[in-house]
Amino acid sequence: MKQVFTSPESLKDVSTHFCPGCHHGSVHRLVGEALDEFGIRAETIGVASVGCSVFLYGYFDIDVIEAPHGRAPAVATGAKRARPDRIVFTYQGDGDLAAIGMSEIIHSANRGEGITVIFVNNTTYGMTGGQMAPTTMPGQKTSTSPYGRDITKDGAPFKMAELLSNLDGVAFSARVALNSPKNVIQAKKMIKTAFQYQVEKKGFSFIEALAACPTNWSMSPLDANQRVCDEMIPYFPLGVYKNTANL
Amino acid sequence: MRYDVFFAGYGGQGVLLAGNLLSYAAIHEAKNVSFFPSYGVEKRGGAAMCTVVFADGDTGSPVVGNPSVSLLLNQLSFDKYASKVKQGGICIVNSSLVETGGVELPGIEMVKVPMNQIAIDLGDVRMVNMVACGAYIEKSGALKSSSLEAALKKALPERNHKLIPANVKAMEAGAQAAKGKNA
Amino acid sequence: MTTVTAEKLFVKGNEAVAMAAIEAGCTCYFGYPITPQSDIPEYLSRELVKSGGEFLQAESEIGAINMVLGASAAGARAMTSSSGPGISLKQEGISYMAGSELPGVIVDIMRQGPGLGGIDASQADYWQATKGGGHGGYRIIVLAPNSVQEMYDLTMLAFDLSDIYRMPAMLLADSVIGQMKESITANPRPVVALPEKEWAVRGRTEGTLQNVVKSLKLGDGEMEKHHWKMDARYQELAEKESRWEEVDTADAELIVTAFGSTSRIARTAVSMARESGLKVGLLRPISLFPFPKKAYASLSERCKLFLSIELSTGQMVDDVRLAVARDAEVAFYGRPPGTGSLPTPEEIFEQIKKTCQACA
Repeated sequence: MKQVFTSPESLKDVSTHFCPGCHHGSVHRLVGEALDEFGIRAETIGVASVGCSVFLYGYFDIDVIEAPHGRAPAVATGAKRARPDRIVFTYQGDGDLAAIGMSEIIHSANRGEGITVIFVNNTTYGMTGGQMAPTTMPGQKTSTSPYGRDITKDGAPFKMAELLSNLDGVAFSARVALNSPKNVIQAKKMIKTAFQYQVEKKGFSFIEALAACPTNWSMSPLDANQRVCDEMIPYFPLGVYKNTANL
Repeated sequence: MRYDVFFAGYGGQGVLLAGNLLSYAAIHEAKNVSFFPSYGVEKRGGAAMCTVVFADGDTGSPVVGNPSVSLLLNQLSFDKYASKVKQGGICIVNSSLVETGGVELPGIEMVKVPMNQIAIDLGDVRMVNMVACGAYIEKSGALKSSSLEAALKKALPERNHKLIPANVKAMEAGAQAAKGKNA
Repeated sequence: MTTVTAEKLFVKGNEAVAMAAIEAGCTCYFGYPITPQSDIPEYLSRELVKSGGEFLQAESEIGAINMVLGASAAGARAMTSSSGPGISLKQEGISYMAGSELPGVIVDIMRQGPGLGGIDASQADYWQATKGGGHGGYRIIVLAPNSVQEMYDLTMLAFDLSDIYRMPAMLLADSVIGQMKESITANPRPVVALPEKEWAVRGRTEGTLQNVVKSLKLGDGEMEKHHWKMDARYQELAEKESRWEEVDTADAELIVTAFGSTSRIARTAVSMARESGLKVGLLRPISLFPFPKKAYASLSERCKLFLSIELSTGQMVDDVRLAVARDAEVAFYGRPPGTGSLPTPEEIFEQIKKTCQACA
């Protein structure tokens, strides 16, 4: 019988710690497929961040460096500068990338480091228990914004894909979502394009993936998926914000 | 032997370059050298000081409390550092800019050299540091003047090598002025 | 030149560090400007690229140390340099490097603090350097040069020890040693048997194990085991890599002890004391971690009087007191960092006389 569906070789055959309905697993899979399809697994170095994404090394069958909170782009810069022949990507959440790591992401993007950044935006700090993140939406209640995010006090959520696209050093920036088969197929395409930029040495590439966090949103997986569609996508529009090489 | 010399003036007098030159001269004579600079935060006009220690063996402390020889190129340096010269030491003063007044330095040989005037007479006041170096070599006998000439080649960038003869002249004039001179 | 030895160069302490880094095969430097160490990035921005290395001025000290972490994880010899305020920022990354067993060289040209402090010489970061500095209970190798020649030689040693023991190594000096110029010989990189970096991330090729550089240790007993392993490494370091210099200690009745810049000043003060007939010697720790405890212990069996001199209100003196025999007396003389607060040899000689008299 012909096998029609298989796990990517770049991923290990293990079950993850991710909660039911969490989109990290989907993003992992799409990144794994991209590595497989470019045949770059053996030359890829992943940089894990702090948060739910920290166990990258447990799920990807690739070499991994674990970075301090927010510092993954700096760590990736060091690795890529030391080994320019390797494919280097970071995998970061919203607290990691857009709060404590804002300086590192902005500067590595602005330098046009030849790395790929996979940014998972679920509007909350997942691992520490659902606190307010820099991407928490206006009015969204979290464990540290019990009355809802007040943008007059906390500022408005960062739109990272747009923000980074304004930097000359950024070659590719896109926002994707994983809430529907259609969006997953599109996300796969975008993630592949992001890695293609690196494979072809065309500069810094950035993917923002809108993701559900049913546990910390206190929602069922289906409701969480619906929230991505109803609330997040209107605020964080999907699409390609920069594509300098038209790949 | 271990020699130490302290230079002080204001930024722009070439105090640090003078210290560098003496260092290169000492290296030329196969000595170990320590050059310790200190200066104000200003780029121009602030205080500039350096200590040079050279020896056949260990140079020891780069910091010297009571220098054997001090070259004090402006009034502020004189007022602040003249009394610190070691007993039996030499204090060489730029008398063009320093009013020594009635200051007595018992146990210290004071040598007054009108360094600015000599430099101006030779065509450029910026050679005041070379005049000072000449005076130092003459009074201390610690280094050969030929070593200082060799040092100029090392310390100055290639494009400034054409200035070496004038600088050597300023050095000789400084030595001449310091010869047998004390207050 | 008639001499057969290598020509003497006349270079600044900071520049000697940069020269030695290149000679040692450092291929990646990441830094951020701060006085009084900026000569190091300035030199490397000019020279490292000529030998094919990577120089990058980072967005912050935090960025710089994490780039060192990444480059080191990828197997490169990597370095950063800074001074107090910047070293404080780097502590996070240094802790992660220690936790991940990563080599890497950090140059600390100490300045005054706390806070912004000032740019003059200080030794008040002795504790920060030698007691871990960041979170989690770790140590790093700390070497304290007291001359421009040692700035050169110990930089190369720092790279080697760091690779051999798989932990960060720090070169700890101050603006006296960093800013002064001395005649040195630019020795070639010593030939040292270095372990293969089999742990480095390089791409997961078939037949090789997955390499993961991490400090997260969640398994049962994993972290405890790691701590004991690191502790054993520190013991081994103490055994094999303790370095110190002794001057005139054989018959000394007072041992002056100081590191870095103050050891140079103390050295001349000790000569002055000898000339005046006092039996005084100098013990200078070259490695501050490992602290050369045995040297202190063995000298203190015979000599019962020590005097620690520091540019602080007293930090290394704690280690001296722990290292000497119980019946040895340890006196202290310090000049906390401040403009014009460098002690002179004459001043330390006075302290030597006082200490001798007080204990006579």
